[in-house]
Amino acid sequence: MGSVMDTVMGSVMGTVKAELLRLWKWPATWVLTGVWLVMTLTFGYVFNYLALSGGTNTRDLSQQQLIGSMQPENAGAAVVRGLPMFGGAIVLVLAALAVGSGYGWGTWKTTLTAGPRRVSAMAGTLGALAVVVVVLVALTFVVDLGAAIAVASLEDWGWSLPGWSAVEAVGASLLIAAMWTAFGVFLGVATRGPALAVGLGLMWAVVAENLLRGVGSLLGPVESLTGVLPGGSAGNLAGAVGGSGAPGVLNDLSGTTAALFLLGYVVFFAGAATLLKVRRDLV
Amino acid sequence: MIVTTEKLTKRYGDRAVVDEVSLSVRRGEVYGFLGPNGAGKTTTIRMLLGLVKPTGGTARVLGEAPGTPKALLRVGSLIEGPGFYPYLSGRDNLRVHAARRGLARSHVEAALEQVDLVGAAGQGFRRYSLGMKQRLGVAAALLGRPELLILDEPTNGLDPAGMADMRDLVRALTAQGQTVLLSSHLLGEVEEICDRVGVIANGRLVAESTVEQLRGDTVLLVRADPVEKAHVLIEGSSLHGDVLHVREADAASLVRTLVQADVDVREVRPLLRTLEEVFFEMTGAA
Ligand SMILES: Nc1ncnc2c1ncn2[C@@H]1O[C@H](COP(=O)(O)OP(=O)(O)OP(=O)(O)O)[C@@H](O)[C@H]1O
Ligand SMILES: [Mg+2]
Repeated sequence: MGSVMDTVMGSVMGTVKAELLRLWKWPATWVLTGVWLVMTLTFGYVFNYLALSGGTNTRDLSQQQLIGSMQPENAGAAVVRGLPMFGGAIVLVLAALAVGSGYGWGTWKTTLTAGPRRVSAMAGTLGALAVVVVVLVALTFVVDLGAAIAVASLEDWGWSLPGWSAVEAVGASLLIAAMWTAFGVFLGVATRGPALAVGLGLMWAVVAENLLRGVGSLLGPVESLTGVLPGGSAGNLAGAVGGSGAPGVLNDLSGTTAALFLLGYVVFFAGAATLLKVRRDLV
Repeated sequence: MIVTTEKLTKRYGDRAVVDEVSLSVRRGEVYGFLGPNGAGKTTTIRMLLGLVKPTGGTARVLGEAPGTPKALLRVGSLIEGPGFYPYLSGRDNLRVHAARRGLARSHVEAALEQVDLVGAAGQGFRRYSLGMKQRLGVAAALLGRPELLILDEPTNGLDPAGMADMRDLVRALTAQGQTVLLSSHLLGEVEEICDRVGVIANGRLVAESTVEQLRGDTVLLVRADPVEKAHVLIEGSSLHGDVLHVREADAASLVRTLVQADVDVREVRPLLRTLEEVFFEMTGAA
């Protein structure tokens, strides 16, 4: 039994290593990471700073709110704020591309004939993407914190490093990003290609849930449903850990409820993708 | 036996794409899996590697169920063209594959050398020519010296020199004790290197034998005058223009019969049918 586990772990580790190697050298990984970091900096700090220093504050935020959002101790909230919609869309695209392209390139065929079982191959893929997500969120935190410290020093604010609340916010960010990643993996496997997977994923993350929220304000039942959809749960968790004031962030559910829904989606999407991968013929 | 299948069948809808195929590949041989386009070669090979689940029958690869790690780790394969990451170099693609197979990086250089790709190993796969892509696919199959190589049309896209190289490579592999199953729709191309061949047409295995057996009994070509009279005299002969074809006949007694009946015999020689003709007859008839 022990040796069976060893073999399984060994093949999962081999697959994770292989996947990390190819994701690391994949231009799309860096392009999407770069786009996301630029976005989070621009919307989290550059515009706010310009509004603050130029006095052209048209975003209905008081000076105090602007200053607060850029404080280094709120860097965690700055990370989580962007994830329910834009950050989520980016990791979803990355995952859908990473998994979906393998069908056209024929690399799934190479992967599935290499040795490891299909379950191990999928576990390896999910594991490697999890590493990418952790690195991405950590990088975002570091960049946001750096920007916040830069602003605070420029403006001569008294500032302090983030505390426990930042840990909570970063944890929530990880869960949100993991959910969108699993969603992307599921779409890539289900549609067996990158194009439809990315299209459907973006439609859902950016358009469909927003439309439903619009309908929700007219119909009560739809409104309570939108709160627990993937994007809705992500938005509610972000709202619960202090990430208010960005598109897609909501305040309808408790943090715990939202986190449990997200966890459920992660398990569901990853499980469904693995089941499809194991069951279907690869032609 | 390295590979055996028992009535292996794959149906798509109500069409049997592979229809009760029972074949066997022996240790150390080069087995040619031959058939025209759409015959079911790739589908059979996919079943041997666990990519496609059979709808009927069974298969064993190295004594194991197809597609299990125990089988796959001992088989190197190239199925219907190489599947690599276009943005990675040839070498990086092999490194990724080696990691999946649990092999050390040192195996990569050896495989690159075997297919003569060391010089281009640093180039992006995207920029490889068709033949280079194909050779990289073979290199991936060779990684770690598996006991069995399953190569689906490995010479696809290779020029004549490349094809000759591939044949030399396959010969060298069997000299090291590896078993090779290779598919092709060009008989002439594999005739020289195959110990045995299986011929598949419309999903059915129509023959499995050595190349010599496949060629069948020699046929005598007889040119005689008057040919009609000779045709009547020799039982089982068939008239093809102004010559006769006679199956399984003793040349000496045939000539005696004709001469005694006052027929002039101008030429008697064995008619060597090319394998291509045999192949065409078989697959055309199925
Ligand atoms: N997924 C599928 N669904 C339906 N039909 C299929 C599928 N895959 C293959 N076929 C059919 O099965 C038949 C055999 O295909 P296969 O690829 O095995 O042939 P092949 O002998 O490898 O041909 P080639 O020499 O052209 O490579 C073809 O007619 C093909 O259309
Ligand atoms: Mg084929």
